[in-house]
Amino acid sequence: MSALTAASTGSTAPLGPFAEAVAAAGRAGELVVQPRMGFADVPRMRQGLHAVKAARARTVGTLTIDSYTRVGDNESARRALIEGTDLNGYPIVAHGPATTRDLTSALMGDGFAVQVRHGSANPIGIIQALLDAGLDATEGGPISYCLPYSRTPIRHSVEAWARTCELLASRPGTHLESFGGCMLGQLCPPGLLVALSVLEGIFFKQYGLRSISLSYAQQTHHVQDVEALLALRTLAGEHLAGLDWHVVLYTYMGVFPRTTGGALGLLRDSARLAALTGTERMIVKTPAEAHRIPTIEDNIHALEEASAAAAAYRGQSPVVSDEFGVLGEARALVEAVLEIHPDTGRALTEAFRRGILDVPYCLHADNAQRSRSYIDGRGSLQWHTTGSMPIPALLAPGRAQLRADDLLGMLSYTQESFDRAALVAGDQRDGTAALPA
Amino acid sequence: MSSVSSDSHTWNLVFLQLLLEEMGHEVINVGSCVPDELLIEECRRVQPDLVVVSSVNGHGALDGARAIRRLREQQDLRDLRVVIGGKLGVRGAEAGTYGPELMAAGFDAVFEDAAGVAEFRRYLAQSAIPALEPSAA
Ligand code: B12
Repeated sequence: MSALTAASTGSTAPLGPFAEAVAAAGRAGELVVQPRMGFADVPRMRQGLHAVKAARARTVGTLTIDSYTRVGDNESARRALIEGTDLNGYPIVAHGPATTRDLTSALMGDGFAVQVRHGSANPIGIIQALLDAGLDATEGGPISYCLPYSRTPIRHSVEAWARTCELLASRPGTHLESFGGCMLGQLCPPGLLVALSVLEGIFFKQYGLRSISLSYAQQTHHVQDVEALLALRTLAGEHLAGLDWHVVLYTYMGVFPRTTGGALGLLRDSARLAALTGTERMIVKTPAEAHRIPTIEDNIHALEEASAAAAAYRGQSPVVSDEFGVLGEARALVEAVLEIHPDTGRALTEAFRRGILDVPYCLHADNAQRSRSYIDGRGSLQWHTTGSMPIPALLAPGRAQLRADDLLGMLSYTQESFDRAALVAGDQRDGTAALPA
Repeated sequence: MSSVSSDSHTWNLVFLQLLLEEMGHEVINVGSCVPDELLIEECRRVQPDLVVVSSVNGHGALDGARAIRRLREQQDLRDLRVVIGGKLGVRGAEAGTYGPELMAAGFDAVFEDAAGVAEFRRYLAQSAIPALEPSAA
């Protein structure tokens, strides 16, 4: 395990329930697994959280927030609750803090905690609602909850997230996770994902948070992903000294396999990646991903599957390489941004304006849109062009103009490889049907 | 081309833009999380031959129906051709189709999920929507 930077326990401040649950699992050498789960209906949400707590796995719970609340349209969320229309998540503001407190308070403790995952560039209302409900953990970041989730200008998101961090930091023990390691979910080379996650961690620290997690989403190549997760730990060790921090891996966040076998294969692959790299927590996906919002049963099954797969690799070490140069690329980006201005928020805003950070295929008006990526012959993610970013590209031959079919091919690369493997193995189930309760 | 107010997904938009451009159409991509007012404003400003609405977050049927009703309330946009497609509800194929209710709300055509792409291509080919020279392969 010598290649792995241990998560920091250097913080003297007491940890809240969420960070403590992850730290306790780490001491026991177990991976924490967590669902993405949110229902508008309170009894169903309650049943889901209880089932997650009772699952045969070391779990923490999630309230995934619906899209109306994410964009601040609480009126539409309220109307949907009154009319009984299905939403794609739990509307925490429309339900109000008393309902959420009632939903979660009995569950907290015995190593269980609940995190709010929301995707909002202007989250003050959501943060106030979760704090008022007695919760202590959430997710986001000034860039990672802006570019993939909104048309809000970066400078407004930076301002809102600065206030958000201060509000969270005013309550002792609160925990904040960066979504920087995911961004648009696919086709972003790992060096940039690692850099964004680290930069958001530095931003959180600047605004007073003492307990932080940095994320990374599984991409297209195992060895490259191992490099990325180790690079993330190295840079976190350098920049977040003195804080409580850990790393969270997201099971593949792009276009998901359509077959049950393919989806579970990809899920197990991510669990192996987490186990080998000493990653403390992982957020799972289910075989419903390509089709619809997962049910409670879909989620429990995925949590147990992931946990068992991770346990099988416990204590084993990864193949450590520098074949893909992820650490060097991430470090170059982090340093180039930090050099711009001592205030990390201003540095990030300016970095996007100058194209020093440039997320491929991202339509947000504040993204330079001069970078492009591709999947190479090895199946790894590479830069085709890097625009003004201080890192080199490896131009792919014969791809001057991107065509719709090329894009769809790259977006479906992982889906197709895992579906094919499942079919070859004789597994014919497709993921469309909900699992029986 | 545009998403709806609550939907932030953009890969669908990037893909559809390339597809339409390859078929010779000029595309203005309004992007994700588009409030109804902005969609109406852009329709007035651009005066497009066709408006393509795409949503995959599961709120498309709700947001789409509301947006098209507002748009059809505008005298000058009553006859504008507007279609919608994507993953329009939260329960996948189980929920059946949203086609009839969205057509009743004011859309000219509805294309559901991946299967909708081929239908959409046929629809474009059959409709008298002017295209530039399709870009050379
Ligand atoms: C990548 C992704 C994300 C990224 C998006 C980044 C970005 N800015 O684009 C991130 C991680 C940020 C994200 C966030 C969320 N996501 Co998301 N996401 C996906 C994922 C994994 C892939 C989507 C993708 O890239 N597809 C590639 C494009 C090219 O294809 P497509 O979008 O499927 O569209 C195809 C067809 O539908 C069709 N089509 C689409 N529109 C139109 C329009 C017309 C006219 C026509 C003809 C055809 C057409 O053409 C495409 C090619 O076939 C899907 C699941 C999956 N498919 O595996 C979930 C998924 C779409 N997300 C989902 C949800 C709910 C969310 C969230 C609300 C979070 C949550 N509660 O889980 C937030 C969105 C917040 C918001 N305000 O909307 C759900 C939607 C559920 C549903 N409809 O039943 C899905 C299906 C996952 C799931 N099973 O829960 N997501």
